[in-house]
Amino acid sequence: MTPLDSDIAHLLAGSMVLVSFLLLYQDRMFALLNFFALHACVLAFSVGWQAYLQRAPHLFITALIALVFKGVIIPVALHRIVVRLGIHRTIETVVSIGPTMLFGIALVGLSIVVMLPVTQAAGAFVREDLAFALSVVLLGFLMMVTRRNAVSQVIGFMSLENGLVLAATGARGMPLVVEISVGFSVLIAFIVVGIFLFRIRERFDTVDLQALDMSRGESGS
Amino acid sequence: MNASIGTAALAGLLGTPALGALILALVPSYRIAAPLNVALCALTLASAALLYLHRPEPSLYLLVDDVNTVFLIVGTLVGFTTSVFSAGYIAHELQTRRLKPRDLRFYHAMYQLLMFAMDLALVSNNIGLMWVAIELATLTTVVMVGIYRTNAALEAAWKYFILGSVGIALALFGTILVYLAAQEHLGQGILAMAWDRLAANSAGFDPALLNLSFVFLLLGYGTKVGLAPVHAWLPDAHAEGPTPISAVLSGLLLNVALFALLRFKLIMAGNPRVHSPGPMMITMGLISLVFAGFMIYRRRDIKRMFAYSSIEHMGIITLAFGLGGPLANFAGLLHMTMHSLTKSAIFFGVGYISQLEGTQRMADIRGLTHSQPLLGWLLVLGVVAIAGLPPFGVFTSEFLLVTSTFARSPWLAILLVIGLLIAFSALTLRLHGLAFGETARQHSLPAYRLAPMALHLGLVAAAGIYLPEPVVAWFRHVASQLG
Repeated sequence: MTPLDSDIAHLLAGSMVLVSFLLLYQDRMFALLNFFALHACVLAFSVGWQAYLQRAPHLFITALIALVFKGVIIPVALHRIVVRLGIHRTIETVVSIGPTMLFGIALVGLSIVVMLPVTQAAGAFVREDLAFALSVVLLGFLMMVTRRNAVSQVIGFMSLENGLVLAATGARGMPLVVEISVGFSVLIAFIVVGIFLFRIRERFDTVDLQALDMSRGESGS
Repeated sequence: MNASIGTAALAGLLGTPALGALILALVPSYRIAAPLNVALCALTLASAALLYLHRPEPSLYLLVDDVNTVFLIVGTLVGFTTSVFSAGYIAHELQTRRLKPRDLRFYHAMYQLLMFAMDLALVSNNIGLMWVAIELATLTTVVMVGIYRTNAALEAAWKYFILGSVGIALALFGTILVYLAAQEHLGQGILAMAWDRLAANSAGFDPALLNLSFVFLLLGYGTKVGLAPVHAWLPDAHAEGPTPISAVLSGLLLNVALFALLRFKLIMAGNPRVHSPGPMMITMGLISLVFAGFMIYRRRDIKRMFAYSSIEHMGIITLAFGLGGPLANFAGLLHMTMHSLTKSAIFFGVGYISQLEGTQRMADIRGLTHSQPLLGWLLVLGVVAIAGLPPFGVFTSEFLLVTSTFARSPWLAILLVIGLLIAFSALTLRLHGLAFGETARQHSLPAYRLAPMALHLGLVAAAGIYLPEPVVAWFRHVASQLG
């Protein structure tokens, strides 16, 4: 592997962290969906580059799944759901942007501090990749925590899954079973979520999860 | 010869529920589907019993060993009795129109799919496959929890889905780290994910990576076990889903997640240079125990209360396995079996109670021993058993655990006893209101409907009074393998 090869890999993995940050402060639905599509595309390129570097053609399938399924189909479908539910004008009250971003930076720092010393033996290339992947995962968590809207929570979850795929491809020669299953689980997860969104719509005329909090079993009487 | 019988049994164990799910998805009438569901579960149970006698050859994907046969037999037994209970339960739900026939078709197919996923998770020898199976089990239970489509059920299912996915994502990250640690030593590819190879060769793995991976795995699978502080989905999912699902969740799914954790603990145990995972498991177990004990006091909903009791008991079991050693492992294994049987029995009773009374609010339920004596007294027995009073098996296992803890670290034992006492007094306090007191109501419930509950409690009582020698030997053997 030439230095340029690994530089490109780092560039792509690092871009995923960057796009994760971009996702973190989007407060309009459509913008959020677009950036998620970008996130998935960067993932696809990153996985594709890994496939080329590792001479592992099966990873191209994973890249293709990421590009077509997460990069196109899901954003389009969510776009339609958002329009149908009439929440496209909604501007979400995210926990104010400044603290969220600072917290995000802290999480990236944390993942680098945790991963780099631990993976000394694993080779320079794998460990940076893993540190990036963990950052994406943690930023996905942060997004799920700070959002109230069901659609943005789902996007947070999927960006988290993207981080996992990045980690799985960075681990050299990890059997294909797992990668496909990752794609598969997202698919199933998405179907489940889709059903939920529609049912939630049926009941409350809103996908604001705060409305759901009201109906908690514990409160009242 | 034995191996080929074993292979057939393994095929039966996985094939029956997988095919059953397809068939039940096509059967329109619940009158056919419910007995069919019972029959399929019986077949699965028979396959599991056969696996105890005849082991198939281990492959890179599937493995039947001493440890998972215990989990398999307990799991398929609870799955079978729950399907019997479920047949009566859903007939009532259909009458009261809480569920439509279409829902039931879905429900039965999902029930079999859940059984398939759990059996697969238990017999898988590949840590990736195990992850997929547990993810599948999570998804099937999520949709079943939301099946009533009430506001509360949707919120519970959503919360379960989000927290479960987060947990499962952490577990996958941990799994990837384990693979990374292994591939240095075992080479790239499928070998570095086969659990038996991992456990046998873990001495050469990078300890730092293994340490880090276990943190992710403990938090990830710990979410599914229902350990505090990542337990938040559990009470809602238990309270708002159909009661047979509450029984399966408590009796089965929590154990399967714990089993996954034990598999990884064994990988850790093979490497002398890693930090022992024991203290982490003990801490989380103890927190769950004490926290859940306090939470039981304040519950208003009967299913929610027993859900917290499940957290408490999973805490005890995790603590026991975290402590390790032959005696504590034995206690943990016995406690897991007893808890599965007792808690599912209690949920069977609670299911009928909430149907007869038309509510899950404990304030509205009084004097069950008068209104429906058999059900009321069985519930009393169930709660007495789960609270850890003799002569039931839960007492035996808790006693064993407390004594073995006292011998090794007295301070821990004191905390453990305090936790047990808190939960005990909370449960008895609540039981008094539920079971006794004046009531004008009279319910009629055919006695045969209570057979699964009576069977479970009978087994637990029998285990408490006299644990047969072969069972003791079997459990002792398994406990010695758990490190």
